[in-house]
Amino acid sequence: MSEGMRVRMRVDGAEIAADVDRPGESLLTSLRDRLGLTGSKNACEQGECGSCTVLLDGLPVCACLVATAQCEGREVKTVVGAVPRPVRDAFVACGAVQCGFCTPGLLVSVADLLDREPDPDDALIREALAGNLCRCTGYEKIIEAVHVAAEAMSDGVPRVPARSHLHHNQWINVTTFPRGDAETGEDTP
Amino acid sequence: MPEPTTPTPPRRAAGGVGTHPAAPAGPRPHAAGVGTSPARPEAEAKVNGAFDYASDLHFDGMLWGHTLRSPHPSAGIRAVDTAPALALPGVHAVLTAADVPGKLHYGLIDADQPVLAAGEVRYQGEPVAIIAADTLDTARLAAEAIRVDYEVREPQCDPQAAVDAGNHFRYQPVRLGEPVTAEAAVIIAREYTVGMQDQAPLGPESGAAVPTGDGGVRLHVATQWLHSDLEQLAPCLDLEPDRIHMVMAGIGGAFGAREDLSVQAHMAMLALATGRPVKMMYDRAESFLGHVHRHPARMRYEHGADEHGRLVYVKAHIVLDGGAYASTTDAVVGNAASLAVGPYEVEHVAIDAWGARTNNPPCGAMRGFGGVQTCFAYESQMDALAEALGLDPLEIRRRNAVAQGSRLINGQIIDAPSPAAPAVVGSDAVPQAGTAPSPAPPGAAGADARPFSPLADMIDRIREIPVPAIPAARDILDLPGGTGNTTHGEGVRRGVGYGVGLKNVCYSEGFDDYSTARIRLELEDGEPVATIHTAAAEVGQGHWNLQTQIVRTELGVDRVRLAPNDTKVGSAGSSSASRQSYMTGGAVKAAAEAARALWTDRDLADGPIEATRVFRHRATKPMDAITGQGDSHVQLALCVHRATVDVDVELGLVKVVDLTCVQDVGKAMNPNALEGQIHGGTAQGLGLAVMEELVTVRGEVKNASFTDYLIPTILDMPPMRLHIVENADPEAPYGLRGAGEPPTLSSTPAIVAAIRDATGLALTRVPVRPEHLTTGRPS
Ligand code: FES
Ligand code: FES
Repeated sequence: MSEGMRVRMRVDGAEIAADVDRPGESLLTSLRDRLGLTGSKNACEQGECGSCTVLLDGLPVCACLVATAQCEGREVKTVVGAVPRPVRDAFVACGAVQCGFCTPGLLVSVADLLDREPDPDDALIREALAGNLCRCTGYEKIIEAVHVAAEAMSDGVPRVPARSHLHHNQWINVTTFPRGDAETGEDTP
Repeated sequence: MPEPTTPTPPRRAAGGVGTHPAAPAGPRPHAAGVGTSPARPEAEAKVNGAFDYASDLHFDGMLWGHTLRSPHPSAGIRAVDTAPALALPGVHAVLTAADVPGKLHYGLIDADQPVLAAGEVRYQGEPVAIIAADTLDTARLAAEAIRVDYEVREPQCDPQAAVDAGNHFRYQPVRLGEPVTAEAAVIIAREYTVGMQDQAPLGPESGAAVPTGDGGVRLHVATQWLHSDLEQLAPCLDLEPDRIHMVMAGIGGAFGAREDLSVQAHMAMLALATGRPVKMMYDRAESFLGHVHRHPARMRYEHGADEHGRLVYVKAHIVLDGGAYASTTDAVVGNAASLAVGPYEVEHVAIDAWGARTNNPPCGAMRGFGGVQTCFAYESQMDALAEALGLDPLEIRRRNAVAQGSRLINGQIIDAPSPAAPAVVGSDAVPQAGTAPSPAPPGAAGADARPFSPLADMIDRIREIPVPAIPAARDILDLPGGTGNTTHGEGVRRGVGYGVGLKNVCYSEGFDDYSTARIRLELEDGEPVATIHTAAAEVGQGHWNLQTQIVRTELGVDRVRLAPNDTKVGSAGSSSASRQSYMTGGAVKAAAEAARALWTDRDLADGPIEATRVFRHRATKPMDAITGQGDSHVQLALCVHRATVDVDVELGLVKVVDLTCVQDVGKAMNPNALEGQIHGGTAQGLGLAVMEELVTVRGEVKNASFTDYLIPTILDMPPMRLHIVENADPEAPYGLRGAGEPPTLSSTPAIVAAIRDATGLALTRVPVRPEHLTTGRPS
């Protein structure tokens, strides 16, 4: 073990000191394991999934690829401090959150995108979020949520998204598909 | 993790001053009830970074656990020297097979997997020793310090050779009619290959074990089935099941990867050995080695059809590679065999399906479970038949589509609607109310001479949705190659293809499949509050939300709470096989109905009401060992996909530009969550079609990282248009049909069919790789 060092930084508005005993320790490890700030997620530690995305002096970075030692005197914003309320509301309302493991990183990336580009089109959204993997949603509702958030932020009016797809919500036919002998299971509590 | 609470919808006036709210007469629409899309109870925590996933757990004084895994797919173990690891400062325990307190093996269906390897390793990544240390770094260093003396052996990696040598977990034939002598006007015989897909949930395997001080242990873990974990763990730990308390930790996706044990036994052993809480968390590379995968498959199919395209016979030889241990291969083989021809009528069938035992990574559950592999093969065959006969691909499917009255190849008849109620039993004195069958809509029964075919109906619907036009001016980013800026459109060809998937819902083949729910109803501030307690895993699908919706509909209450999922209530079964809405949804509905009946005769001011119900679907039968016949499935669900792709035929790059889907869901319980399931399932099918494969060479995994194992990004996914059909199943709660898996079946063959349409290549293997498109063009 090398000699410890103390790194002072501002995390989500609070002055924080992290005592790091390895020069290579990542910002993600310091936040999660040393400081107990588990909002940023670890899904790869290789800069591939974006689950650990935070803003470092306003720029989105993968916290797993940044050494804590580089963060002296700098400002770190995680999902806790980086994301405007309408963005979070839009993710909830649109169903853009399933397991939610990708969500903290995605929210930070979306906050950064909307800061640069208040009304992004689909192509811009896809480009901006290309570094954030989500295994659950297929991304469709994430794109919808970004549009809903952009609208809400432009006029301050929160929205409930319209159902975006074709639905055939009626009873077309009653079908058992398939049914064998109507034999019920043995019941034991 | 914190007890999930649900946001309170706007309160309705609940009785006047001095009166107590009375039980509703029956279920009634509620603003946040069944059929609506309220916000998830846990959504707020998830968007605030406050939701505790298993990897976020922390306990005071906890140690970190780590696993030493075999680098060899096959080797004898002559000796394990743990002394150098134990000598490191900060190391508290190093355990091997010799330290397993009880039974040495566990498994979901057969207990054949060693807790820790004893004398032999059978796949690369098999756990050999476990370490508890002050920090994860120290534990990893300790793992490196352990000296294992391996006697490396030649691995058996060819599944067909393994089958030939009698090494298989299951052989399941299906025989129908006279397949040997059946004659056909057109015959298509091809061999198909499916690569090994990984579930790749973003949340890594993780959990913590906490000694309870009385020799027992509490496990906080992200799993799909708490009670099955407990059943497997207890004998290995040599503890009575009631000494082990299993508590669900937040789950970052599952898709089958959390069916089998991972960290459970290891962290429990370390906690019991050290007397301290122990946390384990796999990194991504270890995650790829530490859970089962989707079975790779080799499938030789022969389809014979008459000149009108009607199937005469199907023969198939299906070999699924189960890898080194049994896991759920047994059930995967059963699904592959019974669903081997898909939703089509055929009189003569000869299917032989094997689950091979090799030294490849163990394979087990992944979304689609045995249905995905054969769906790619039979749908490719249907397209090849259509091409040979000059038929439209939708038309050939329509001509063969099963309808009411059709017989599936396991002999099961798709029968007329049945009023049979699901079986429900309870633990209080109130007799259960019979479940009323869903009302038949006007005109449902037979004016039409042809029996109703849900599939033909869905095919007609997808035909009506226009195929997206090729835009006049396209951005370079929209073309295959995207940001790589590899083309201006020259060499880019458009293709359209279709896929139909048929998936069984719930557990099949005679398994005693049930779920349990407990509902407590009490007054708080004069208002009724319902608390739901189940062991059902919220893997991201929205099941917690669904439970609250059912309770609001059945009890008319606004305030609903979810007790933490644990083993202090009966089993819910697994969040798999698209079964949880049906099964735990059914149990919650039954418990709510029982609570409502109790409430009718009581004033809540006199004390809380509690009702527990166990819900079972109708019994199924095993498949006959020789003919495969047997009423083996409970419910089947259908999905139809159309894919539109652009292919750069010079570079072999594929861009999926549109995925349109028609799915029959029985009842859209929560439209928002349902759409999310279809989107996500479709995305995983796209992954298998064009990018996802865990590559093994002589049993060694070559790409255990997100750098080398690619899953679809937002740039890979096209817009997905959904057309949701609700053909109610009167036997299922609210008429619902399991929805999570079917789209994973149908999207893969649809995309490959579209690539064939664009390129003219035969393409019999998934994932399709660029080199498959740029070499070996057909003559
Ligand atoms: S954990 Fe940092 S990019 Fe995946
Ligand atoms: S919601 Fe599960 S990974 Fe995105």
